[in-house]
Amino acid sequence: MKTVITSVSDNLNTEFDKRFGRAAWFCVLDESTGEVSFVKNEYADNDQGAGTKVAALMVELGVKKVISGHFGPKAQEVLKKFDVQMVATEEETSVSEIINKLKNR
Amino acid sequence: MSRPRQLRKIVKPPAFRGYKPYGTHLKNDEVVELLYEEYEAIKLADYDCLTHLEASKLMGVSRATFARIYDSARKKVAKTLVEVKTLKTVFGNTILDDFWFLCSSCSARYTLPNYIKNKNCPLCNSDKVGMLNK
Repeated sequence: MKTVITSVSDNLNTEFDKRFGRAAWFCVLDESTGEVSFVKNEYADNDQGAGTKVAALMVELGVKKVISGHFGPKAQEVLKKFDVQMVATEEETSVSEIINKLKNR
Repeated sequence: MSRPRQLRKIVKPPAFRGYKPYGTHLKNDEVVELLYEEYEAIKLADYDCLTHLEASKLMGVSRATFARIYDSARKKVAKTLVEVKTLKTVFGNTILDDFWFLCSSCSARYTLPNYIKNKNCPLCNSDKVGMLNK
């Protein structure tokens, strides 16, 4: 199962980005194999529609769970429609810490 | 310990995350946090022009509680305007019409699509979860 964690840069020790549509990078984690890859957010600087486009990208990547800080209303709509689980947390943490949490649960 | 707050019902969360002043050189590093229920109170009383009693019923609180929320909302808005502060909306003690769950040990909010059977928190796997809306 693929999980996406929004991150500030393409490195495991970087901060977790609390925005969804405008996060700089996405950390794609395969929870069954533990494989991690990074995908750059091409829409981060778009004037509008970043949330919808990123949500569509998540669906394209086959992601089943997205961890971020806040989901905009349009992004929520798309993710809900395609049965993607949204997890919103306000904690200040790093990407690797979240991955550890997911692995140890 | 004080009694836990009754959750306030909200039809729709604000369509913005905050407001910033422009045309000022004052540094505004302090933000005023407007709770969702306070935004809703302003909307119901001043935009939809409901009486406090009608509005309080919509939000599922007593008239007096509504008046208190409304009062604090107006004070916060006035403070942002007069003291040139940034306004930020925060979740507060609300339940939304959407279907979100709340984990009480790590305070993460999450949705549960139909195919997921495990209702525990997806982050910390705690089973102390509650629904944000009923």
